[in-house]
Amino acid sequence: MTDLTALKYTAEHEWVALDGDTATVGITSYAADKLGDVVFVELPAVGSTVTAATVVGEIESTKSVGELYAPLTGEVIEVNDAVVDDPSLVNADPFGAGWLVKLTVDPAAVAELLDRDAYISLTGSAE
Amino acid sequence: MTDHRPSDPRTTALHARHEALGASFTDFGGWLMPVRYTSDLAEHHAVRTVAGLFDISHMAEFGVDGSGAGAFLDYALAGAISSMRVGKAKYSLVLDDSGGIVDDVIVYRIAERRFLVIANAGNRDAVGRAFAARVEGFDAELDDHTDDMSLIAVQGPIARAVVETTPGIVDVTPSFADLGYYAWSSGSFDDAPLFVARTGYTGEDGFELLIPNAAAPALWDALLAAGEPLGLVPAGFAARDTLRLEAGMPLYGHELSRDIVPAQAGLGRVVAVDKDDFVGKSALAAVVTPDAPVLVGLVSEGRRAGRAGYAVFDAADGAAPVGEITSGALSPTLGHPIAMAFVSPSLTEPGTELFIDVRGTRIPATVTALPFYRRNS
Repeated sequence: MTDLTALKYTAEHEWVALDGDTATVGITSYAADKLGDVVFVELPAVGSTVTAATVVGEIESTKSVGELYAPLTGEVIEVNDAVVDDPSLVNADPFGAGWLVKLTVDPAAVAELLDRDAYISLTGSAE
Repeated sequence: MTDHRPSDPRTTALHARHEALGASFTDFGGWLMPVRYTSDLAEHHAVRTVAGLFDISHMAEFGVDGSGAGAFLDYALAGAISSMRVGKAKYSLVLDDSGGIVDDVIVYRIAERRFLVIANAGNRDAVGRAFAARVEGFDAELDDHTDDMSLIAVQGPIARAVVETTPGIVDVTPSFADLGYYAWSSGSFDDAPLFVARTGYTGEDGFELLIPNAAAPALWDALLAAGEPLGLVPAGFAARDTLRLEAGMPLYGHELSRDIVPAQAGLGRVVAVDKDDFVGKSALAAVVTPDAPVLVGLVSEGRRAGRAGYAVFDAADGAAPVGEITSGALSPTLGHPIAMAFVSPSLTEPGTELFIDVRGTRIPATVTALPFYRRNS
């Protein structure tokens, strides 16, 4: 079970878990619920460099299309192929098995992101 | 258009039931309606394989009474209404003077001199105004029953078993078993008058039950209690949209609008061109527009769906769009993307290869006849 209070968040509904200079990124359960059942995920290529606050992927539900923003600038070192094969993992376990990408980032930049309380007050939702 | 659209969306008589079931809500035509209870896909599949229960109380109901009711509807609507038999239902269109579509409706003949017209929630005022303006000179009286009535739909292969086993539903005549498609029965639930129509918007067999608001929560509970052991689930508007799209049914504001004439939307058969006179007739006769876009189905491979507003091209490098998608989704039943689109009339032949611009990527798509999905009957 992921400790949600240890995560950082963006206003675009990504979460970030930092381990050294590796940031694991996913979308929040709030965003997953709003999208509905996710049926297609497109993620950035491993080895590519992404820039904070730019669109780097897409998350499609039956109903609509959501964009994945890079929460931080960095290099993509891993993508979650399991989610590409089974997009429903985003709904089933958004903070766990439904993670999307891992980035190598400047750990200091993570401090700029929202903490859990700030994210909750932004969405008005517990998650 | 604000007559019935206050800044806060309205809620139906079943709102507390939806909240108790954990629904997420969306604004639909000025009403706060359930978008899903658990999962869009689970609710969609339940309707295709078992049955779903929908609150569609946002729909508008107009009563038309009088010796001139049939003649009035012949004039006010595109179809041949006065020749309908009592007990039957008919899909029809409200056109404007230019032949554009004001709304699509279902008309039920209740008695020789009495009809019920069910219109879309978002078009309640437009239809009400059109009817009020058109009724002049006819011996017919109009009533808007929308605020007093609730409408509950049971759709799916076991829909009949659900309604037949629901305690409290009695005196249904003709019986559920004898009720034909696009026909209605009268009955009662507890002591409330019940109107049952074998119509729907999902492509499945099903029933739509109209009942006074006060009795609606108890009917909802009874249907759910009787149906749940059979597999019935409450279903929201997200599932409703993918179901109707698979069934090739147009949605007002997407496939239908005042800028579209019936023939473009494949609804030429709905227009009774031989009728004496009706609103829109002269325009439909005069307006010959060979270049007007025509509604088609598009199917493609993979999982990325074209969505409403996406451009359609006739080549991977085509410079100018040849059409636009009005509705699209990854079909939960078929497993591949489907879309409805208005395209140039020269490109409507099934098998025609087109391309959908999906956010900068051209995806091949094939023109196909509608509907995408047809139930085994």
